[in-house]
Amino acid sequence: MSRPALGLLLLCLLFVGSLFVGATPLVPADLLTAEAWALIRDSRLPRAFAVVLSGAALAIAGQIMQLIARNRFVEPMTAGTGQSAMLGLLLVSLLMPGAEIGVKMALAALAALLGSLGFFAITRRLPPQEPLLVPLVGIVYGGVIGSTAVYIAFQIDLLQYLDIWMTGEFSGTMRGRYELLWVAGGVAALSYLVADQFSILGLGEAVSLNLGLNYRQVVLSGLVVISVVTGLTVVTVGAIPFVGLVVPNLVSRIAGDNLRRSLPLTAMAGAALVLASDIFARLVVHPFEVPVATVIGMIGAALFLWMLYGRGQHVS
Amino acid sequence: MIEVQDLSYRIGTARILDNVSLSLPRGGILALIGPNGAGKSTLLSLMARLLPLQQGRITVDDLEIGRCDDRDLAQCLAILPQSVQAASRLTVRDLVGFGRYPYHRGRPGATDRQLVEEGLALFDLLPLAERGLDTLSGGQRQRAFVAMTYVQDTDYLLLDEPLNNLDLAASRALMARLRDLADRKGRTIVIVLHDINFASAYADRVLVLKGGRLVADGPPEAVISSALIETVFETDARLHLVEGRPVVLV
Ligand SMILES: Nc1ncnc2c1ncn2[C@@H]1O[C@H](COP(=O)(O)OP(=O)(O)OP(=O)(O)O)[C@@H](O)[C@H]1O
Ligand SMILES: [Mg+2]
Repeated sequence: MSRPALGLLLLCLLFVGSLFVGATPLVPADLLTAEAWALIRDSRLPRAFAVVLSGAALAIAGQIMQLIARNRFVEPMTAGTGQSAMLGLLLVSLLMPGAEIGVKMALAALAALLGSLGFFAITRRLPPQEPLLVPLVGIVYGGVIGSTAVYIAFQIDLLQYLDIWMTGEFSGTMRGRYELLWVAGGVAALSYLVADQFSILGLGEAVSLNLGLNYRQVVLSGLVVISVVTGLTVVTVGAIPFVGLVVPNLVSRIAGDNLRRSLPLTAMAGAALVLASDIFARLVVHPFEVPVATVIGMIGAALFLWMLYGRGQHVS
Repeated sequence: MIEVQDLSYRIGTARILDNVSLSLPRGGILALIGPNGAGKSTLLSLMARLLPLQQGRITVDDLEIGRCDDRDLAQCLAILPQSVQAASRLTVRDLVGFGRYPYHRGRPGATDRQLVEEGLALFDLLPLAERGLDTLSGGQRQRAFVAMTYVQDTDYLLLDEPLNNLDLAASRALMARLRDLADRKGRTIVIVLHDINFASAYADRVLVLKGGRLVADGPPEAVISSALIETVFETDARLHLVEGRPVVLV
């Protein structure tokens, strides 16, 4: 069986399994009852879709960000994009409290885009021989934006909102309240159409220009993908860290850096990681649950450390 | 034909290039030599629109740098930059394949694939074709990037120190291939070299740059002299004529 097929099978198993995990007990034998189907339709299936969409989209966004930055240690949630989305959302809630969710989301994505542009404007000047400076500067930069958001939220008494955006979790996901994530998934999927251009970006500006790429335009379109995905995820389920960092790194080791080949794997692995973590989050203190962001924070950190120390030892 | 007219480039107050004009007719190998920091890479980068023009004008056939379409230029002129650091895990075959990108824009056809296989074979990369760039030695990686530039199949090739990291055999093989491209396909090749012996053995014309100015231009026998080595490179290596060719004793 090929790797993609194996991955898809695993993902399907997790997906179906996740439908039977939650506070309300549900076993396959219940499927004969109407209540069970209503539960699945209104809550479990939307949750599974939300998890898969955000996991896949965040992993793709991370991969694109790493290619643009030419640095494997950055991801949108820690490099200012996610924090900018939250700040944007907060300002919208403050200045136009009655705005529709569509408008809020568009402004959150715009704020995320501005935040990412700022990140790249700063890190462009860093010496390329110091790769770890880029994520460090990203963390500081994201921290400053995040603290600004906290300060504003504190002043206007909206801290509880900020808390929701900062800690991603799927417990509130229901039919009618997660559908924006399909847009995030769609935008991430569209990037497959220009996969070659993103792969070439990873070879640097000189090689890109030599091959006739409109470098700025491709970078900008990548940043748009990153910002839309990050903005929508933060609005709908909250920030989920590490997916965009760990998954592209793992996939790159296994399948290389040609996005045409690796992007589908990245999407599947991202979805599977978040799905597995979300199932764990529902089981660990059953019938209660912990936020998925917490679980991923732990799994992701462990995976990341393992990757750092295992660096450069693979043979292919 | 590449025409460079009154090209100047500064960074801050430093003049990196100072009123450089030259004209390169089609066909042949032109070696660009000069001490470190002379402005050779800057000149090549400007010719290939990797740096924005500040002053002066460059045309490649009927394309004007800075005005023409990037994609048209990519089918006419290719550059191999001096330092391509790639920590990329692209395979060699994928990398060389991207040399065809200006033509197929993501959908390679049979011709593209065939040219890529030819390029891989020509630069002895077939045994490495499925290896990731991050696993190659410096010279192997350099060969892969040269092969990518080669399959781009352009009339003009700008190569910035392509012999970096290459061993003697690979260096001679590469120069022989470039000679062949110039002679049989009428390609125009501009190549930055530090080893003057390679310039004297393979180039049709040698251009000497120092301090951002052109200080000599002509066939190797005429340009390469003891005086040049003393005044331009400021060292006292001796020069001998071997089989009618100037050879520097290091
Ligand atoms: N960003 C920069 N800031 C200041 N000076 C620069 C910058 N980039 C290049 N220079 C200077 O421009 C000059 C020309 O550089 P260039 O790379 O063109 O030299 P080169 O002839 O290719 O040298 P080498 O043989 O070492 O490759 C050098 O003196 C270099 O120090
Ligand atoms: Mg140079």
